Amino acid sequence: MLAYIVRRLLYAIPILVGVNLLTFTLFFVVNTPDDMARMQLGIKRVTPEAIEKWKAERGYDKPLLFNGAADGGAKLTRTIFFEKSVRLFVLDFGRADDGRDIGHEIKTRMGPSLAIAVPVFVLGLFVTVSFALMLAFFRATYLDFWGVVACVAMMSISSLFYIIGGQYLVSKVWHLVPISGYAGGLDAARFLLLPVIISVVAGIGSSTRWYRTIFLEEIGKDYVRTARAKGLSEQAVLFRHVLRNAMIPILTGVVVVIPLLFMGSLLVESFFGIPGLGSYTIDAINAQDFAVVRAMVFIGSVLYIAGLLLTDLSYTLVDPRVRLQ
Amino acid sequence: MMPVLLWTDLLVFLLIACGIGAGVYVSRREYLLASWRRVGESRAGMASLTLLLAFVAVGLLDSLHYRPRLEAANGQPAGGYGSEVRSALDALLLPLKTRTEKTYSAPLATHLYAKETVELADGSQARVFPRLKHGGAHLGDAEAEWGRDVALRILGGLALAVLAGPTFAALAVLAAARRWGMNWQAAWRHIRRGETRFAWNAVLLTLAALLLLVGPAISLAGGYHVFGTDKVGQDVLYLTLKSIRTGLVIGTITTLAMLPFAVALGIAAGYLGGWVDDLIQYLYTTLNSIPGVLLIAASVLMVQVLIDTHPAWFATAAQRADARLLALCLILGVTSWTGLCRLLRAETLKLRELEYVQAAQAFGASAARIMGRHVLPNVMHIVLIAVVMDFSGLVLAEAVLSYIGIGVDPSTISFGTMINTARLELAREPVVWWSLLAAFVFMFVLVLAANLFSDTVRDAFDPRVAGRRGVSSAQEPAA
Repeated sequence: MLAYIVRRLLYAIPILVGVNLLTFTLFFVVNTPDDMARMQLGIKRVTPEAIEKWKAERGYDKPLLFNGAADGGAKLTRTIFFEKSVRLFVLDFGRADDGRDIGHEIKTRMGPSLAIAVPVFVLGLFVTVSFALMLAFFRATYLDFWGVVACVAMMSISSLFYIIGGQYLVSKVWHLVPISGYAGGLDAARFLLLPVIISVVAGIGSSTRWYRTIFLEEIGKDYVRTARAKGLSEQAVLFRHVLRNAMIPILTGVVVVIPLLFMGSLLVESFFGIPGLGSYTIDAINAQDFAVVRAMVFIGSVLYIAGLLLTDLSYTLVDPRVRLQ
Repeated sequence: MMPVLLWTDLLVFLLIACGIGAGVYVSRREYLLASWRRVGESRAGMASLTLLLAFVAVGLLDSLHYRPRLEAANGQPAGGYGSEVRSALDALLLPLKTRTEKTYSAPLATHLYAKETVELADGSQARVFPRLKHGGAHLGDAEAEWGRDVALRILGGLALAVLAGPTFAALAVLAAARRWGMNWQAAWRHIRRGETRFAWNAVLLTLAALLLLVGPAISLAGGYHVFGTDKVGQDVLYLTLKSIRTGLVIGTITTLAMLPFAVALGIAAGYLGGWVDDLIQYLYTTLNSIPGVLLIAASVLMVQVLIDTHPAWFATAAQRADARLLALCLILGVTSWTGLCRLLRAETLKLRELEYVQAAQAFGASAARIMGRHVLPNVMHIVLIAVVMDFSGLVLAEAVLSYIGIGVDPSTISFGTMINTARLELAREPVVWWSLLAAFVFMFVLVLAANLFSDTVRDAFDPRVAGRRGVSSAQEPAA
């Protein structure tokens, strides 16, 4: 088991190197730092001095890969590639355009992001799996049919409309919760209630349908017929046999996203003004703050790879047949 | 006028050519036709396909671009072409496009939605809702005549629909009657009762419903703003119709851009194995491990810098916006090919061990030939299902990406930009609801139709669903 984990962690290194090279190419080779400076300072009226100053402030005034002017090991380290890309591996993200330390921002913004993402994840999983079990229990009846119709209709609505509509109805017309904002401590619940509910509702359509398909596939199998033949009640079959055996396909989709919960949700956070990592990313995109976007891309990939590893480990928990070697 | 071929237009036409080619290919092969017949038998599938084709028709009209010839004005002779690029749809909707108001006005309104200070005839000033320049401008006394005029126009539109509908139906029935070798009464009875294999009644019903909506809309649009006007006074109906092309382009061109990569790499990885497999797997795992929206954000930001720092590349603003739309499609394609690639690799791994492939190997067929002639046709159903299933997701993604600011160019009319400009209108007092509602309804219908159609296609083509035989082995955890 331990050997397996170590090996998987070693496998992750070339992938992270690949991600790093890809972002480096995207951010520094497709467009040179000069292009970015011109873009930020305005295309037309920009002097070469202003560009040099902009680059020097951000440490972009070095060669990309090889610094012939430096000596010894500094030939390789005093370059954009080393300072901006390789440093990411030791979680040194540098500074954002407004001069703040990105690492510090990420630490403080993680809390609000998790405060939304974790309840959405737990509640959403519970609600959709329950709905799907209900549809599977009443399969081939009108309830099942209209349930699927409702799911398809719900997944055809853009998440933007869930947010806009929910905010309008609950906050503006009914005045139940504040429209947007955030507060620390227990007071946060007031601000989190609506975004959590909206995110859960927006996810019901596609997830319920997906889980229903998984359950129906399991219900068609022989062991289910055996269980019924033994005289077990339909509830016992569903909860004790089908649900357990459907865990593997469910886990495949679910566990991967757990580490990504740290990243928060771009849309919900920006609509509700919650100071999490999602809104941080959106602000960075709108301000074209490349350092922040680069850092988020790297963190996102690290978390995703961690999610894949967690998925494999979770299989051993729910299915004793799976052995990791 | 001077025709203009934008890059996305070119790809749209290429896609249609491919579609026609594939249609001819399939129609000559009975075993391929069988699955399509199952699609044709599904009422939900055919009704949604009819709706989709209506959307496609609007999108195609909007893909025929040209630059109108400049009229003689201000002493300059006529000739030369304006820098504005128009489409055939713009030409059809020219009245809607040009009849802009000052600011918001409600659907079918005759007055602005905001009070303005106007000077009265006796020189004093008053705060009133001014009359619209175009909406209801033909009415003398707006309050008295409005109700009657709107009702008459709706009736006129319905009458138009009632006249046009049976013509369609009659043509369909006559065609069907000739095909089945019976008289038209019998054919009509079959269709009406739903006894035909092809779901004719669903198609005709959908067409009838469409006509009943479109007829009144056309006749009302002649004198009013059917969906009102937005903040800068543009007609919302015009904006929604223009958005359709953007949505369709994103949904289809993206797939077109993604397919060659996904198919070639997926099959090569599965069939060749060895270091090729390792390399391709490494490639898609790396791409896949970057959260999609962040990779898209990074790529779009970079393309934006590229476009903005090279203004000389584009002759007109439309061409620049089009380049950004195309770039968005390519980026979405590159970031989303991994899923299909993995599916194809897994399927090819299975097919590689089958007798007919081994027989081909024994005959000494080259690897390229086996992959092209023996493996590819047998994974096409997976490709088709993936293409159709991706469409609705891409249309939805466009709206979200444009909202975040990494979607289409702000000057491109799309559902995303419409929602983005209208998102604060519900917070206004009094509420402006019509832009959002129009975008919502059109997007919902488009995506719902796409979802229903893709379900039909999947049911018809997926052997697992069709036969309910064999259940996929639980995903093997990587050893």
